[in-house]
Amino acid sequence: MISYIIRRLLIAIPTILILIVASFFLIHFAPGGPFTSERPLPPQVLANIEARYGLDQPLWKQLWDYLTNIVLHFDFGPSFKFKDRDVNDIIAQGFPISLTYGSLAFIAASVVGIVLGVVAAIRHNSWIDYAAVSMGIGAQALPNFIMGPILILVFTLWLGWLPGGGWNGGQWQYLIMPVIALSTSYMGNIARLTRSSMLEVLNSNFIRTARAKGLPTRSVIWRHAMKPMLLPVVSYLGPVFVYVLTGSVFVDLYFSTGGLGQAYVGSALSRDYAVLLGVTILYGSLTVVVNLITDLAYAWFDPKIRY
Amino acid sequence: MVFGSSQRAAAVADDVTDAIPVRGRSLLKDAQIRFVQNKAAMASVFVLGLIILFVVIGPLFAQWSNEEIDWDRMGDIAREGAPSLANGHFFGLDELGRDLYARVIQATRTSLLVGLVGAATALIIGTAYGLVAGYVGGRVDSAMMRFVDILLAIPLTLIIILLLVIAGRSFFMLFVSLGAVGWLTMSRIVRAQTLSLKTREFIEAARAAGVSEVKIMLRHILPNLIGVVIVYSSLLVPEMILAESFISFLGLGISEPYTSLGKLISEGAGTMAYGTTWQLLIPLSFYVAIIITMFFIGDGLRDALDPKDR
Amino acid sequence: MKDMTRLAMATLLSSTMLTGIAVAQDNVPEGVTLADDQTFTYRVLDEHSSVDPQIVEDVTGSEIVRDLFEGLMNQNADGELVPGVATGYEVSDDNLTYTFTLREDAKWSNGDPVTAQDFVYAWRRAADPETASPYQWFMGLTSVANVDDVISGDMAPEELGVRAVDDTTFEVTLSEPLPYFPQMTTHATLFPAPQSVIEEHGADWTDPENIVSNGAYVLTEHLPNERSTRERNEMYWDNENTVIDRTVALVINDENVALTRYLAGELDRTEVPAGQFPRLKEEYPEEAISFPRLCNYYYTFNLTDGGPEAFQDVNVRKALAYAVDRDIITERVMAGGQPPAYHFTPAATAGFEAPDLEWMNMSQDERDHAALDMLAEAGYGPDNPLEFEMVYNTSEAHEKVAVALSQMWKQKLGVDVTLANMEWKVFLEERGNQNFDLARGAWCGDYNEASTFLDLLDSESGYNDGKYSNEEVDQLLADAKTAENPNELYAQVEQILFDEMPVIPVYHYAGVYMLDSDVGNWPVDNVEQNWYSKDLYKVAE
Repeated sequence: MISYIIRRLLIAIPTILILIVASFFLIHFAPGGPFTSERPLPPQVLANIEARYGLDQPLWKQLWDYLTNIVLHFDFGPSFKFKDRDVNDIIAQGFPISLTYGSLAFIAASVVGIVLGVVAAIRHNSWIDYAAVSMGIGAQALPNFIMGPILILVFTLWLGWLPGGGWNGGQWQYLIMPVIALSTSYMGNIARLTRSSMLEVLNSNFIRTARAKGLPTRSVIWRHAMKPMLLPVVSYLGPVFVYVLTGSVFVDLYFSTGGLGQAYVGSALSRDYAVLLGVTILYGSLTVVVNLITDLAYAWFDPKIRY
Repeated sequence: MVFGSSQRAAAVADDVTDAIPVRGRSLLKDAQIRFVQNKAAMASVFVLGLIILFVVIGPLFAQWSNEEIDWDRMGDIAREGAPSLANGHFFGLDELGRDLYARVIQATRTSLLVGLVGAATALIIGTAYGLVAGYVGGRVDSAMMRFVDILLAIPLTLIIILLLVIAGRSFFMLFVSLGAVGWLTMSRIVRAQTLSLKTREFIEAARAAGVSEVKIMLRHILPNLIGVVIVYSSLLVPEMILAESFISFLGLGISEPYTSLGKLISEGAGTMAYGTTWQLLIPLSFYVAIIITMFFIGDGLRDALDPKDR
Repeated sequence: MKDMTRLAMATLLSSTMLTGIAVAQDNVPEGVTLADDQTFTYRVLDEHSSVDPQIVEDVTGSEIVRDLFEGLMNQNADGELVPGVATGYEVSDDNLTYTFTLREDAKWSNGDPVTAQDFVYAWRRAADPETASPYQWFMGLTSVANVDDVISGDMAPEELGVRAVDDTTFEVTLSEPLPYFPQMTTHATLFPAPQSVIEEHGADWTDPENIVSNGAYVLTEHLPNERSTRERNEMYWDNENTVIDRTVALVINDENVALTRYLAGELDRTEVPAGQFPRLKEEYPEEAISFPRLCNYYYTFNLTDGGPEAFQDVNVRKALAYAVDRDIITERVMAGGQPPAYHFTPAATAGFEAPDLEWMNMSQDERDHAALDMLAEAGYGPDNPLEFEMVYNTSEAHEKVAVALSQMWKQKLGVDVTLANMEWKVFLEERGNQNFDLARGAWCGDYNEASTFLDLLDSESGYNDGKYSNEEVDQLLADAKTAENPNELYAQVEQILFDEMPVIPVYHYAGVYMLDSDVGNWPVDNVEQNWYSKDLYKVAE
């Protein structure tokens, strides 16, 4: 088990290295540079700036400097756009925010989704089932970026219950709308997945046997059905966790939360090379780690799997 | 974000992978019967058929083209732009005074095309890649799969943004970038399936009879992959449509005067507070209808092709 | 208002005159009851790039820096110069040496006096290659002696033509006379910088916990992509007359969401989305405001060999320009009170008087007919339709204008136009390399004089992406730099531009805001929209 984890983490190192190199060249090949602006800078001014940021060096040298700075100083470089801050600052400021509302949305989506799915499966073909299924499908079919303006319109302008945006250190009033907006579509997915998985388990032979033996339904569900039922759900939840954190750009844009999603997309558009790379590395590493955790969780849920 | 459900699709397709490979016409026929008996799936096919029919014959009734501006009404959309049979704008006007009826038809066509072509691209690349990796096996297999693993670790939004930023925007690039992110999971599923097929007796028999490797791959393995591939592709279609709408939201989508449902929705959502809710509701209902029907058809196909008794 | 501006210009241009007698400016009219909570909250589109005066390059950042720091001169509500840290200045007879007298009571927020040395340090810092500021081009524009050599690293920053004669006397030597030099001192790049703080904290000196500033406000909070807050600086020399206690800038990317939040009472000011002004004006007549700004909006033809051959023909260019119904663009597409543009320089520009151009007196119908005739003369018509591609950068408002323009040409002239929107950086790259047929352009004046616009069409201008080149225009623009009455020359340039039509002027910008009616003194007459929180106040409701 431990050797498996170590092996996986070792494989992660070249993976992330390739990720860095690929992103590095990709973004450098994109048309326009960080200092392409509406008003073309005089050549001398541009030369000063490029010298300052090392952009006058050959690409391989820039890449090498970039990598050595990370390894030796854990320094991910400066931001070309936000000149008062560097990449470490930007990640240190934005990531906790994304992480907070992302995890809350993840928890909300999983808990509500699983409960909904289980209830729907147990009360198969009842009105609860139909309500849950339609809710799930509805939430899933709506593009989640339209949730932002709708929520703000309803809760801020019409009802006046919640502030229309901002983060304010993560006060609960400011958290509600981002979490709702982000969690709904996953909630629907999780509910549907749980329901079908639960139905399958409930119809399987070992549950039928347990029931036939006269065990009470509730204990059958809790003792025996839960683990196998959650198996496919868990494999879905892993990637969702990463997506919830990376895909939060629309939350940041609509709710001014200040998370990394906006910084990330913004850096690609403004060719803020170091910020883009820094956040890519963070997300790439996160993906690797979460994938590993998912696989380990898988092993716990399904004893047949051995590493 | 929107690609999240691919994992679900993978799990779903795995179910099919577990199933016995297609052995002949009888099983396909069974599947067909099962599919026809699935009410939700059949209703979805019907609704989707109506939508396609609308896209095909709808333009015949359009009084305006999708790019023409109604100069007289454009100044006051909220009051004069509402859906109306009298002035020929059946679905009303968009913010700029263009006929929403014509635009919704064009957008629906685009979105369906994006879904189908994106899924097809993913299908072709993913199948070819997975088939080769699984069939050749050994070092080649592990190298090819390691590559897929690396790509899977890259945030997909990044790939799409970079592709569209670097290569500029066009229909073609949109399909390419969507296909580029969709084929990964497909290739894994196909590979797994190929691995298990490769050891079966009928393949051994073909080999013993002196059939060439390429021919075995194309004639004997490929047909047996169709079940999995169809199921997974049908699940990919709505994902591609969702992905396109996210790209449109970021402003990297299709170029004017063409539009997509995602783009219309994001425009409509922006202006919904200004008394022009039809700009959101009409494209949204088409969009939701397409996504839901696609889901049910995908589910129906899976159930039909998965002989496990429920 | 225009007359007053001209008067002020005339005053400034006459040399050796001590301007700006310090008038105790009480902003609040009598009889107004001030609100208890003097907090002004406004929306910004994007996170600011920096609050370092020598580094800041965006409008959002400049607005903050203008509150945090104070330069030699300020602008008042009409855009005229008023004393800042300097109480006034003298110009030598050869117009090359400016001597600013600084007020003795000016202080940094840590209590240190603001001295001429602080300006010397800041100006050298701005030109120093080490600082690598993108706004070094602005330093170049000031024509301070030796500035180009300092920027290129050929001379040490110490050799820049600035000198602290004593603590309150700051002397600038120019390499050539520059009539609008005093105006330039209202720009952030030329604001003072606290040397000791910068040396102590390095790049982190602009963090709220470190920053020391000399303006009416100090930065107290900065939450990137969320908000920044500046609060009253008790050390500021004119603190007594400052009314607003706090100014908060909220970053809200989506303009529709911003409007929703304004209507929910979370903001005192926000921009009105394109097309929504008439409705809002009807519903909120007190709050929806619109006023001209110092920016233009146009499409530029690619006149190089790489561009379409058709555009070499002036008839084609004119036909396209004539067929644009500007009233539709300004009244129905943008609908925010933007003035339609029949010439390049905005009419709001100080001193500028547009010549009487032929097409300004025609009806749109006449213009359309003329356009058809000219296009036919150029050999294009139903049998041989003109085809080209127009590019613009991705944005909802630009897209609307582009679609409307293309439809006008299509429907009136039968021209086949392809639309291509590009992401901003790609757009700049392609336009800068002349990879386009027709491209969107827009410019906001760096200073309030017509040359800030017309210089763009100089053959040598870096922003002349259509590569329009006319010796006569170049000569007129060069002459205008030293002319007694440059505005006559500018009018001649506009006449040539009309005859040759290298660009299609579409409209001139307007500031279109929702501004809470309890905010007093918003400088609607300042066409550059250089506003200062210290001049505002909030009325009790």
